[in-house]
Amino acid sequence: MSHEKAINDLKIKSSMFSLEGITSSLHQWLYATLSPTFALLAECVIVILLAIALFAALGLVLVLMERKVAAHIQIRLGPNRVGPGGMFQTVADTLKLIMKEGLTPDKADKFLFNLAPFIVMIVAMLLLAPIAFAKGFQIWDINIGVLYLSAISSLSVIGILMAGWASNNKYSLLGAMRSGAQIVSYELSAGLAILSIVVLSGSLQISDIIAAQENGWWLFKGHIPVIISFVIFIIAVTAETNRAPFDLAEAESELTAGFHTEYSGMRFALFFLAEYINIFIVCAIGATLFLGGWMPLHIGHWEGFNHIMDYIPSSIWFFGKTIFLIFLIMWFRWTFPRLRVDQLLNLEWKYLLPISMLNLILVTIIAIFGWHF
Amino acid sequence: MYTQTEIIKDTTINGSEGELVINVGPQHPATHGVLHLVITLNGETIKKIEPHLGYIHRSIEKMCESLTYRQFIYVTSRMDYLSSHINNEACALCVEKGLQIEVPARAKVIRVLMGELTRIASHELWLGAMAMDLGAFTPFFYTFREREMINEIMEDTCGARLTMNYMVAGGVAMDLHPDFQRKVKLFVTQFKKRVPEFDDLITNNIIFQNRMKGVGVLSGEDAISYGCTGPVARGSGVSSDIRKLYPYDGYDAVAFDEVLETAGDSYARYLVRLREMHQSIRIIEQLIDAIPEGDFQAKTKAVLKLPKGEFYTRVETARGELGVYIVSEGGTTPYRIKFRSPGFSNLSALHHMAKGSKIGDLMATMGTLDLVIPDIDR
Amino acid sequence: MFLKEYISDVYNGITSLLKGMRQTGYYFFHPKEIITEQYPDNRATLKLADRFKGEVVMPHDENNEHTCTGCTACELACPNGTIKIITRFDITPEGKKKKAIDTFIYHLELCTMCNLCIQACPSDAIKMAPNFEHSVYDRSKLTKKLNLPGSKVKEGIE
Repeated sequence: MSHEKAINDLKIKSSMFSLEGITSSLHQWLYATLSPTFALLAECVIVILLAIALFAALGLVLVLMERKVAAHIQIRLGPNRVGPGGMFQTVADTLKLIMKEGLTPDKADKFLFNLAPFIVMIVAMLLLAPIAFAKGFQIWDINIGVLYLSAISSLSVIGILMAGWASNNKYSLLGAMRSGAQIVSYELSAGLAILSIVVLSGSLQISDIIAAQENGWWLFKGHIPVIISFVIFIIAVTAETNRAPFDLAEAESELTAGFHTEYSGMRFALFFLAEYINIFIVCAIGATLFLGGWMPLHIGHWEGFNHIMDYIPSSIWFFGKTIFLIFLIMWFRWTFPRLRVDQLLNLEWKYLLPISMLNLILVTIIAIFGWHF
Repeated sequence: MYTQTEIIKDTTINGSEGELVINVGPQHPATHGVLHLVITLNGETIKKIEPHLGYIHRSIEKMCESLTYRQFIYVTSRMDYLSSHINNEACALCVEKGLQIEVPARAKVIRVLMGELTRIASHELWLGAMAMDLGAFTPFFYTFREREMINEIMEDTCGARLTMNYMVAGGVAMDLHPDFQRKVKLFVTQFKKRVPEFDDLITNNIIFQNRMKGVGVLSGEDAISYGCTGPVARGSGVSSDIRKLYPYDGYDAVAFDEVLETAGDSYARYLVRLREMHQSIRIIEQLIDAIPEGDFQAKTKAVLKLPKGEFYTRVETARGELGVYIVSEGGTTPYRIKFRSPGFSNLSALHHMAKGSKIGDLMATMGTLDLVIPDIDR
Repeated sequence: MFLKEYISDVYNGITSLLKGMRQTGYYFFHPKEIITEQYPDNRATLKLADRFKGEVVMPHDENNEHTCTGCTACELACPNGTIKIITRFDITPEGKKKKAIDTFIYHLELCTMCNLCIQACPSDAIKMAPNFEHSVYDRSKLTKKLNLPGSKVKEGIE
């Protein structure tokens, strides 16, 4: 009896840290005091503010994290002058970029040139909608969540192509064309890798996929095929976000800065920010699909263990997993040389795509026969 | 060529395929200096490369004509600044040849030791810079850590890290620092410990191998006809090590192998340089405990006057064969000096090597040519 | 056979990449390997090589005496015209004229630290000092007078 009581206590305590309580009580309060239209509007405003705040915070934190990771891999210290341990370095950099003049080249297509960074940014913002940051903390739990994510994420190439074309710069054009070929091809294997989880969960809805991982994450439940699709997913999203070793679109030794060669000031900062937001989002998707999103580490029927894990707030689980995946992608960047453009496409069409197709068949067999745990 | 602003030529005008002319350099992240390549592209495929030189021409040859035989040596440190010791050595050897000075045994050994340390330092820098050309930043920092140890050894003995001006006609300028042997031995052990890191990080890396193998192929005949020397020629199987063919400063007394690879591609040149570092370590290990006692400098007159005539010496720098040609009228300054620098000939083969390959391959090819622009322009 | 090659390709590729990641991972998790020198902060502990060629100085002893005779050997040895020596004739107590330096002008902005002047000096009057923080706001401050005011040549140096 006392054991069960203790567990109940733990449950109550952990629900105190949960964001679900805050969001649901806010929702109820808004609908109780305002008419439904205004309540929805008020919720929209809150969501927009939160999204913008998250973007700003993510940009600052991830850029600093990248610089620190790079520095430590390269036996350096990294930024350590602005603020304690260099914490405010990115804030100072952002201030600098805001104050810089945003040049538009003479013969550039001015409208498209100025539009491109915003397209890239808006795509990144749209991707935020179905992601579950914590238990019950999700902007839009659409029933085709995964389809929505893979559909929207392929739109960012439009912004990059636009930037490359409108700059009237040969480097930019080459970079944008490379990026186009790259994102379109890697979309396939990323999609197939995501599909394997959809097959296992039997749903496209993010909340269902997370709920399906209540007795263990898919990475551990789904045997080797899921591990293979996880690896393929990580490789494909590294390519999709134009990160090294697939950063051909901005290969600095070949194309100076690729598609954003001509951008300066805040418009450059938007591209830069969008890169990191995209990394965050693809890692969040990876964490949601393969590592259970906000779901704590549960192992089968070990009730005691599972309850102890529940004690850690779900938002910490989510961000912990996401940041681990981001670290993995940064680790890639600071270890590997860049691929050549034909090798990049070879890797996709000759290796990743056949393997992921075969893998999908295996996953389907596992799902049909219910061989997973 | 520079004012061309349209991105793609209208194919209907001249009937040719769409071409893209891009300028790589003089300010470009890949060209370690002010090399300017005008590249004609068809899509990503290179059709033509035209190097434009002269951005860092300081007329070193002309400058040397107004300096005395003691003074002109220091200027040559500024040609190929990564093997400045060896440049100085070549000039000192040429003056010694003219004056027929016999260099003391100790000075010779010191020269060989310093030359080999310079070669390792130069190859370390090349390794990092080449990895950076291919998009891997991290090896650069690891190689620079190794290079830093050599720089400190140089700083102890010569008082400078890059432009040492340590070689003088008749020997070396100063005796070795008392710490020299201990530090060099420490460096040798460190170097041997760290080489497997580069194997893991670069040599055996699948991406790296794919970027290098079969890229920028130069056949042995082409290497000879373009006048390529050094690791570029040896990567194509052409024996061109001056240290073996025309030994100077007692290189005939030490045991080392001339590193030869036959493939002629970027990976072969990479392997040649990597294994040359091991050979340099081998030479250092043989000599470090066998530095003879005695003078470090031969007695020379205060004012050097070369007899009337022409003098030519050649040495093996980290990049290839450096020739020094002095015409003397019998005065205190040379009448004419000509340097045959390895970088210039190696660069001339670039078009042949990179034609028909992708832009990414050009960076790999250029990386393994190991160009030092002041050496090309002088 | 093709399949076997394909699988071994994939396997070898992945292992080679993992080896590289192990290498960089090792450095990431071993902060002791960091080699950064935090330069202006570590000024107090900064150790320079004793032979470091930073600038030419003329040592003076406690009696404000140097050993420069004004022979201009260094001026002649210098490849860049860095050194300019202005001499004057002092009258010795015996009534003889003696050559001595009036001003030893050293242009740091022209100097390449080649050490030729130090090698040329017969009386070891000048030497290289390990100073490297030479930045000033005005270029004219780089032109230095090496002999201290009121200094004279040491007895017995010819």
